[in-house]
Amino acid sequence: MICRAAAACSLGAVVLLACAAAQPTSAQAQLEVLPAQGNVLMIAGPGGNTAVQIGHEAVVVVDTQTAAVSDQLLAAIAKLSSKPIRHIINTSVDAGHTGGNEAVSRAGKYVRLIDTLDPRGSRSDAAIIAHVNVLGRMSSPTGTDAPAAAGAWPSDTYFTDDWALFVNGEALQLIHVPNAHTDGDTIVFFRRSDVIATGDIYDTSRYPRFDSEKGGSVAGVIEGLNRILDIAIPGENQEGGTVVIPGHGRLSDETEVANYRDMLTIVRDRIAAMIGAGMTLEQVQRAKPTSDYDGVYDEPNGWTAAMFVAAVYRDLRAESR
Amino acid sequence: MLVALLGLAALGTAHAQRDLAGHWSQRFHEDLPERGAGPEIGDYTGLPINDAARLRADSWDAAKWTMPERQCEPHPADYGPRGPAALRIGSTVDPIAQDVISWDITVMWMLPHRTIYMDGRPHPSPNAQHSWQGFSTGVWEGDMLKVTTTHLKEGWVRRNGLPRSDKATLVEYFLRNENYLTLVTVVMDPVYLTEPLVRTSDWVLDTGLQLSPFSCIPAIEIERPRGTVPHHLPGTNAFLEEYSQRHGLPIEAARGGAQTMYPEYVPKLRRLIEGGAP
Repeated sequence: MICRAAAACSLGAVVLLACAAAQPTSAQAQLEVLPAQGNVLMIAGPGGNTAVQIGHEAVVVVDTQTAAVSDQLLAAIAKLSSKPIRHIINTSVDAGHTGGNEAVSRAGKYVRLIDTLDPRGSRSDAAIIAHVNVLGRMSSPTGTDAPAAAGAWPSDTYFTDDWALFVNGEALQLIHVPNAHTDGDTIVFFRRSDVIATGDIYDTSRYPRFDSEKGGSVAGVIEGLNRILDIAIPGENQEGGTVVIPGHGRLSDETEVANYRDMLTIVRDRIAAMIGAGMTLEQVQRAKPTSDYDGVYDEPNGWTAAMFVAAVYRDLRAESR
Repeated sequence: MLVALLGLAALGTAHAQRDLAGHWSQRFHEDLPERGAGPEIGDYTGLPINDAARLRADSWDAAKWTMPERQCEPHPADYGPRGPAALRIGSTVDPIAQDVISWDITVMWMLPHRTIYMDGRPHPSPNAQHSWQGFSTGVWEGDMLKVTTTHLKEGWVRRNGLPRSDKATLVEYFLRNENYLTLVTVVMDPVYLTEPLVRTSDWVLDTGLQLSPFSCIPAIEIERPRGTVPHHLPGTNAFLEEYSQRHGLPIEAARGGAQTMYPEYVPKLRRLIEGGAP
């Protein structure tokens, strides 16, 4: 069953027209399924990438994209496996990664003893796993409005450097990278398949976004990229080997993560030198310290080079105080 | 009658093609200064680069190659023919139709392997992985094989830090004339080139040639603080003018750009060397 599903996918990318209805809505997006390696596939969508592990026991889903594409995401997963979704893992609190939590969890199934004792009735939703800081940012103190509905909150959190689970005959390592994209980032390493889902620490389509208001920092993103490089092992001639699923963009290997790490480190060093020389943010932006990378990573209608430079500048200034 | 005509047409098509299979020994004479031992730092002459490429190259530090992630990088498809590049070319043939389904090329230096698909398959999605050799498809244009390659990893147009981006497309023309093989490569890079970069490389059929074995395992060559990336900050690379000084070239000429590719640049260069107005 698993082999057949994987073989079907290995024939090429499977494009799923996300919405059969004629109404043009924001949910009318296209999801694309690409085999990553082993039992892991990538589903690319408008809000980011989802990693899916399939096997003889259950389905594991890393990041649930936006709520608008939940139906399409579930339809895509159903084509890959008839097993229930048992675990959802969130790599950060971002809406593009947690937006579908409630719908995907509700469609899944995971019954534990503690759930059978729940006075609200037996829960059977898929578990939602994340670093504890994700729960902190999605929920709120009693009496105040939470940023996200309770059904979307992580049900299983960890507060240590890492965590692990074993599903479908494969060990999954969850590695927390402090203060990177946010303060609740998790890298997921599928050990047997040799696939890493990075969340937004790595993004092939634009400069890294780190949210300082949510505890993110440029130093944390660089450390996260170095952690990915620590884990990834390339094949012959620096090709293949560990497959990397970025938060956004295309499948990659170690070399492309190293390219991204190098770019970010070099830009960080340039801006730090400019700050050291007493330059203001406006002066730094005019000096265009990213101009040699803008053709690759500038997102003119989104996360622009100027916004990225400003974020790095402010972060480094705050760090030096 | 119709069947006979179709048969003749098919024969005609087949005869217009060339068999590229065999071992090919490289001829290294073209652009020799930048091959073999390699180009000098700061030599950007004769390349249609833009300011973004110059800044990348000015920041480049050869110590990059000591990093474990970099030690085993082979040349990408567009640069491979410029390096030590004896070739073994084979083909995979449909057992019934006898059509060539793919050309399979192995290059001597680090033995990278390329597959050129001839069965009309589409190029992969933008979300698919990139590789050093990219994804190549070929079609015959008369007796010339035209190959289009996408999904390349970031590479280089010259081995002194001048980059070629992962958004580039490579178009190649393989021309066999008796025992001679000429490859015309055209690199189109919207990020770092202002015009297509066209180069040719040559080989001679060599039935006695054998490719040498190769394997690469990276190692820690230099202890560095975690996360160190060797590079020069803008304005601090002390080596950039060595090339122009050694060869008596004005720095403006050494900085390259499309105009330095064409014969019309020679009079301007002469005026620059003589100290006149450009």
